[in-house]
Amino acid sequence: MNAKRKKLIYNSVTFGLVILTYVLCSVFYKDMSRALRGQLIPICCWIVMAVSLNLVVGISGELSLGHAGFMSIGAFTGIILSGWMQKGFLIEDETLRLVLAIVGGGLLAGIFGFLIGIPVLRLRGDYLAIVTLAFGEIIRNVLNCVYISVEEGGGLHFGFIQPNLPGTLLLNGPNGAVSVAKISTFLCGFILVMLALIVVLNLMNSRTGRAIMATRDNRIAAESVGINVTKYKMTAFVTAAALAGMAGALFGLNYSTLIPGKFKFDQSINVLVFVVMGGIGNTLGSVISATVLTILPEMLRDFADYRMLLYAVLLILMMLLTNTPVTRAFFGNIRGMLTRRGPQEHVEANRGTGKGGGAK
Amino acid sequence: MSETIRKRNQDTKMVPVPSTSIIPERDIDKMPVLECKHLGIDFGGLTAVEDFNLIIGKTEIAGLIGPNGAGKTTVFNLLTKVYEPTRGSVMINGIDMHGMDTVDASRHGIARTFQNIRLFSNMTVEDNVRIGLHNQVRYGMLTGILRLPGYWKKEREQHEKAMELLSLFGMQDMGDMQAGSLPYGAQRRLEIVRALATNPSLLLLDEPAAGMNPHETQELMDNIIKIRDQFQIAVMLIEHDMNLVMGICEGICVLNYGKIIAKGTAEEIQRNPVVIEAYLGKQNQAEAAEAGKEAPKA
Repeated sequence: MNAKRKKLIYNSVTFGLVILTYVLCSVFYKDMSRALRGQLIPICCWIVMAVSLNLVVGISGELSLGHAGFMSIGAFTGIILSGWMQKGFLIEDETLRLVLAIVGGGLLAGIFGFLIGIPVLRLRGDYLAIVTLAFGEIIRNVLNCVYISVEEGGGLHFGFIQPNLPGTLLLNGPNGAVSVAKISTFLCGFILVMLALIVVLNLMNSRTGRAIMATRDNRIAAESVGINVTKYKMTAFVTAAALAGMAGALFGLNYSTLIPGKFKFDQSINVLVFVVMGGIGNTLGSVISATVLTILPEMLRDFADYRMLLYAVLLILMMLLTNTPVTRAFFGNIRGMLTRRGPQEHVEANRGTGKGGGAK
Repeated sequence: MSETIRKRNQDTKMVPVPSTSIIPERDIDKMPVLECKHLGIDFGGLTAVEDFNLIIGKTEIAGLIGPNGAGKTTVFNLLTKVYEPTRGSVMINGIDMHGMDTVDASRHGIARTFQNIRLFSNMTVEDNVRIGLHNQVRYGMLTGILRLPGYWKKEREQHEKAMELLSLFGMQDMGDMQAGSLPYGAQRRLEIVRALATNPSLLLLDEPAAGMNPHETQELMDNIIKIRDQFQIAVMLIEHDMNLVMGICEGICVLNYGKIIAKGTAEEIQRNPVVIEAYLGKQNQAEAAEAGKEAPKA
């Protein structure tokens, strides 16, 4: 089987599924329940978060636990930019504001990704995870005491731990952003998901992506063939941070209020759960699991207090079930059919390579 | 084939050059690829390598042998800048390597393989070679993401170069296989191909024949000579298989306890009593003379 064709099929299936889902959602938009409709934009955000975290965890092989931190940077940057444009410069065009907010959120999150990456990427393994976790918390705690207001004419005022600023408050410390103009659209979310997929999938099949994967698979060998490991780890980290920032801006502009406490450590873990459930390094898997796992807790709302308990049990069940030989064979058959080869042959080929690997 | 190798080896004349070393006669007018002067490294109180002096000619095949723990791989790590030497200097193509890192060493033309194979085992064979071509065929990250025309052109160039290199070892049909699933011998060959992809002027092979059967070893010997002739590069190898070392190495350097105890051609090394002692320990004269013929083959 040609490896290139395999990649092509995988990419087309990924894009095809996302486009199909978008078309279906647009067509049946009126028939959807209000709760589900409200979930569409957050789902897009979480898909982008999962795909971007997959770039760090799956493709560059570093466990980052502070991804929600970048999301919150993007969210509050987006909210402030949007509010600034609306109240300071009286720009009423919502699409323009949304696009600029998302670009700004992505840029600032990318810059923070770079700054945080400098010390963090010197570490490896568990230490890197701990430090990224700490950075996520630092970002949240700093945002908790930042006050920003805007005056007519475009003057911005900053303040730490003192809310008496002139003009309209955009960011009110621990109370977060209030009376935000909800300007996020599902279309924009869809475009953002496509953008994230294009960036990550195209990156994987390029010189840069191969270098990133090389640093993951064998750092010493990668250095020996002249790959600057820190540079490529940084590339992956900053790209992921920028994508998370963009998702954050879209997320923030979808609610009328947003507090920094929304982006706690458990949100980072949540995104990591999406990535692990979908299969580390598997972009399509991240997309699917982010979708399913965002809808699931909402559907469990009827169970009130037992919601998170059930969610945990379902997570464990899913992990167990998707790992049984029966389901594996089932997915193997589907893959076999997609690649236009008999399912049996596919299994044979797998066995063949397995044997070769053991020969030492 | 073995006979031709041996014959060819005998044709090589080693000539002495300053700093107490020898290189093949044909390389005497050219700048040596590698020049180590008083190279040494300490790990804490332990001196792993001391006063290591060596010159390697432009197209020489050199061997580095010695008992286990003699410091052979440490020398390779010093040359590829995994370690910074405590003393002495290394010159690659006349450039002082002081202050360089591993990436710089690769860019200045040192490529290596590893004693315990270090492939990118989750990737395909072709991708492994393409990663080796990282600094040879370049294009930017944005070109890759946006799939600009340069992407397609460079990708094709990478593919062609990778296939050309793989065909050196007859591996062009394995391009789509997962590197980790290859048989052991093929993995070793792939590591050499990946090292060659970086366009080196000095190829360091760390036990290239380990785990190979005699037939594969023979093939490897032919291939090393083929690589040298085709790319006009120098090769330095660490190996315990004395048939290989004595068969293809023009100059051999013997290391024991981090010090060079002998340098010379295969015949000289085989006859050298110090080398025999290092390998077999002290014996009485008669036994030593008897063992001398076989000694380094052990």
